[in-house]
Amino acid sequence: MGMRKVAVIGAGMTKFVRRALETPKELAWQASHMALQSCELTMDDIEAVCLGTAPDSFDGIHMNGEYLSDGSGGWNKPYMRSYVGGGTGVFVPIQGWYHVASGLFDVVLVVAEEKMSSYYPHAQAAFLTIFDHTTERPLKPNLLWIFALEMNRYMTTYGISKEDIARVSVQHKRNAAHHPAALLGDAEITVEDVLKSEVLAWPVQRLDVSPVSDGAVAIVLAAEHVAKRLTDKPVWIEGVGWHLDTSYWTNRDLAYPRYVEYAARMAYEMAGIREPRKEIHIAEPYDPFDYKALHHLEGLQLAERGQAVQMYIDGTAGRNGDLPICPSGGLLGVGNPIAAAGLMKVAELFWQLRGEAGERQVPGRPRRGLAQAWGDLMQVGTVVIMGR
Amino acid sequence: MSSEKIEFPGTSLSEKDFEKGNILYNTDEMHAEFAWDTGVGIGSYLAALKDGVILGSYCSTCRKTVVPPRTVCEWCFRPMNHYVPLHDTGKIMTFSLCYVTWDVQRIKEPLIPAVIEIDGASSGHGILHLVNEVDPQLVRIGMRVQAVWKLVEDRQGAITDILYFKPSEEA
Repeated sequence: MGMRKVAVIGAGMTKFVRRALETPKELAWQASHMALQSCELTMDDIEAVCLGTAPDSFDGIHMNGEYLSDGSGGWNKPYMRSYVGGGTGVFVPIQGWYHVASGLFDVVLVVAEEKMSSYYPHAQAAFLTIFDHTTERPLKPNLLWIFALEMNRYMTTYGISKEDIARVSVQHKRNAAHHPAALLGDAEITVEDVLKSEVLAWPVQRLDVSPVSDGAVAIVLAAEHVAKRLTDKPVWIEGVGWHLDTSYWTNRDLAYPRYVEYAARMAYEMAGIREPRKEIHIAEPYDPFDYKALHHLEGLQLAERGQAVQMYIDGTAGRNGDLPICPSGGLLGVGNPIAAAGLMKVAELFWQLRGEAGERQVPGRPRRGLAQAWGDLMQVGTVVIMGR
Repeated sequence: MSSEKIEFPGTSLSEKDFEKGNILYNTDEMHAEFAWDTGVGIGSYLAALKDGVILGSYCSTCRKTVVPPRTVCEWCFRPMNHYVPLHDTGKIMTFSLCYVTWDVQRIKEPLIPAVIEIDGASSGHGILHLVNEVDPQLVRIGMRVQAVWKLVEDRQGAITDILYFKPSEEA
């Protein structure tokens, strides 16, 4: 297709916290600064900036992309915000990828930021507006409804127990205990703790859910000829994919995320992957709720429908397993500042594939990883495959 | 960057920082009011609800009946201007027992939101609504339900003209 090879050459992130002292643009700068330092570049080397941030209603700032432009280095440069709801965090590196793959730019900074704590008293109410204003909002829905409805449909279709789904939350939060930037790492958490937590919208309980968080993440992308000059350890973007399903979410089967399958197939084809279960060594599926990680693993073709939970039961998904899932700790453990959380998964693959993940390092020198996010009204899938 | 050196920036605050006045902050409330035109598809849907009918639309190319009705078929992108009255009965596709309101207030008696497949629409096509007049512990996926309507004189042409769905008498 005449596309240039694109590498990730640097990454940075802030701690994910319940409420940050720093403003959104200060967080964006901290992550960007760290990413540039990690590859010893300065803003002068950056030719364009791609920004990702989820709905304006969280930060409470209209045109949040324009507001964040100084902190994310957009001044005096080609700069654009992309947005696909919760899928933004894995879409914005795709935007950066085609900036470079097309030949338009050689070095691009990709930044994702979210400050959800500003919404008072709780960011949950900001989600009300995602429902259709005429046919759904008069019923006074809350965001948990769609997750609870989807989780129940998924569990019931395949006969999966809540005990087994809780294993996902436990493993991700335990993984996060080794992440120095994590909000909810807990090495001691058990399935029992999850099952005893407050019932919010059955089948969803408090510890099935990722926390509202503040944070920012940034990565630096470079074309092949630049990447090879700057680092001995480039991590290549081998495949990208994205796909949208109907926004009439009550008109489709909630048990299976077809849009994730199509996004993954697009990315696998680009990466030349025929047997994803053998060729992907680490996966970071989007896990804002524990069942979502399972749902997405199935859409990604990394498990048969209804069978993803077996990976957690038999240890395949563990950090030392055959296919480690969310070794970062995921959204459930590290935190869920929406767009930043998705890009955190891409940064995690960068560190894991370079062997720089510290205590979180997956053994066996993994060669290839996949990050995925999901969003809009439960209908967009975004996928990035990276390899060294 | 080497693994031993990673120091992550960012400063965490707690509620106490606010109580003690260590942190300066500014608050504001946004008041935004909108009047949304209902358009052709949803406008017909709402007008039908006022008459006690759940309306769908049919695509003769794809042979699909969807609800709520719309003016374009998502599958073939052709116009979808054939409106069909559906039944006010259906089947629970999925449900939740929700113990928090939209603004995170706790409630003792759960709300029961559900996706209800409407009889007469294509398989798997449903709407979001509430289920009531049932012991929450007895609600099941696959349960047959029927709409409970507002009194004719109280209907406004809104989704809330259906108060909720309840288990059907046939069940």
